[in-house]
Amino acid sequence: MITKRIIPCLDVRDGRVVKGVNFQGLNDVSDPVALAEFYTENGADELVFYDITASAEGRKLFTEVLTRTAERVFIPLTVGGGINTVEDFDRVLKCGADKVSVNSGAIRRPELIREAAKKYGDQCVVLSADIKRVDGEFRVFARGGRDDTGIEAIGWIRRGVALGAGELVINSIDTDGVKRGFDLELLERVCEAVSVPVIASGGAGRAEDFIELFETLPGVDAGLAASIFHFGEVPIPALKKLLAEHGILVRN
Amino acid sequence: MIAIVDYGVGNLFSLKSSFAAVGAETAVVSDAAGLRAADKLILPGVGAFGDAAAMLRESGLAEPLLEEVSSGKPLMGICLGMQLLFTKGLEYGEHRGLDLIPGTVRPIAGVIPAGLKIPHIGWNALQLTAPEDPILRSVRSGDCVYFVHSFFAETEPRYVSAVADYGAPLTASVRRETVWGCQFHPEKSGKVGLGILRSFCEL
Repeated sequence: MITKRIIPCLDVRDGRVVKGVNFQGLNDVSDPVALAEFYTENGADELVFYDITASAEGRKLFTEVLTRTAERVFIPLTVGGGINTVEDFDRVLKCGADKVSVNSGAIRRPELIREAAKKYGDQCVVLSADIKRVDGEFRVFARGGRDDTGIEAIGWIRRGVALGAGELVINSIDTDGVKRGFDLELLERVCEAVSVPVIASGGAGRAEDFIELFETLPGVDAGLAASIFHFGEVPIPALKKLLAEHGILVRN
Repeated sequence: MIAIVDYGVGNLFSLKSSFAAVGAETAVVSDAAGLRAADKLILPGVGAFGDAAAMLRESGLAEPLLEEVSSGKPLMGICLGMQLLFTKGLEYGEHRGLDLIPGTVRPIAGVIPAGLKIPHIGWNALQLTAPEDPILRSVRSGDCVYFVHSFFAETEPRYVSAVADYGAPLTASVRRETVWGCQFHPEKSGKVGLGILRSFCEL
């Protein structure tokens, strides 16, 4: 059967990893290529690169970094950040991305999902949503979680899947950075609503949070995190060993 | 030299990179002369069976490809490229494949239990049914590889070299004489996948 995926996420600005720190045996932790190789050697099942650059020059550096990574890393690569058009899909796919995640660009123009799915297949289109509780409902936030769109989140996700999104990254703003575990309430609602793979994001603080995630919600396919992996708080090989000991299927 | 057959379907970047990583020289080839000049052939593919089969024929590459294979040149199909090796595919209607291996490409929805997600996407373990297959010599049962597909090849057990359990045993790799196929993506399957590509290069 399919294994649960563990996915480190790298925020890249101007060709460098943001918040890259302290890894033994790694001289330059802000080099995305080196970090990607390190993770690949150490049990990551997939990598997500978010381009948080604002400038054209930064974007160019990002695609260079992506190309060099894809030349050396042979696991699935998902790319997000600044994806607003089918041409943006084309740009990153040509550099070796396997999947492209859309967020604010799809909120502004939901047809982007349909156009990209038609051209590249559903499996290529990942809908990433930043979600927060507002007035007793789950709301979608845009622009990196800064703007309340007023859109109800579960309906948005259903619509995204109907338009052709083949996978979801569900990032809970409420649990993000708190490190007390994933947002199980939100993720349960999402799993009930759709049947495409769901990647949980936001809130992982320790290995036990992943056990709780996969044991409570068998419908969740993957756990994504950044800082706990980057800071070496939770080494992925140890995390996978622990998951396996709890009877959760992982790739060894 | 390994020819990656370019008939307008899919992104060849990862395939080229992964062969480079195992030290193999590749050329992206879109004409008959290129196929003839190569030692081995790779048939990639993503998308739908019917479109890809039509594009392969319209590219004029199907006939020379079959000629090279009949002369004994090793061929490996990957993902949809593997599915095209079979007699026919049932994705959006019935479409003819290359018929290099007898079999039909069918929806996995018909054979797996309800409730499992489709596509079959992610890392799944191989169960080798023909461990003596030379391209699987670095692979052990239980090794995981990366799948993304909604259709699978139904063929005679003697052509199946590995399966993956997704509520039902799905054909993961096949072989008939000098024709090989992988439903999964060896170029995205880490060390296990690179091992398979290396073994193909060393045939």
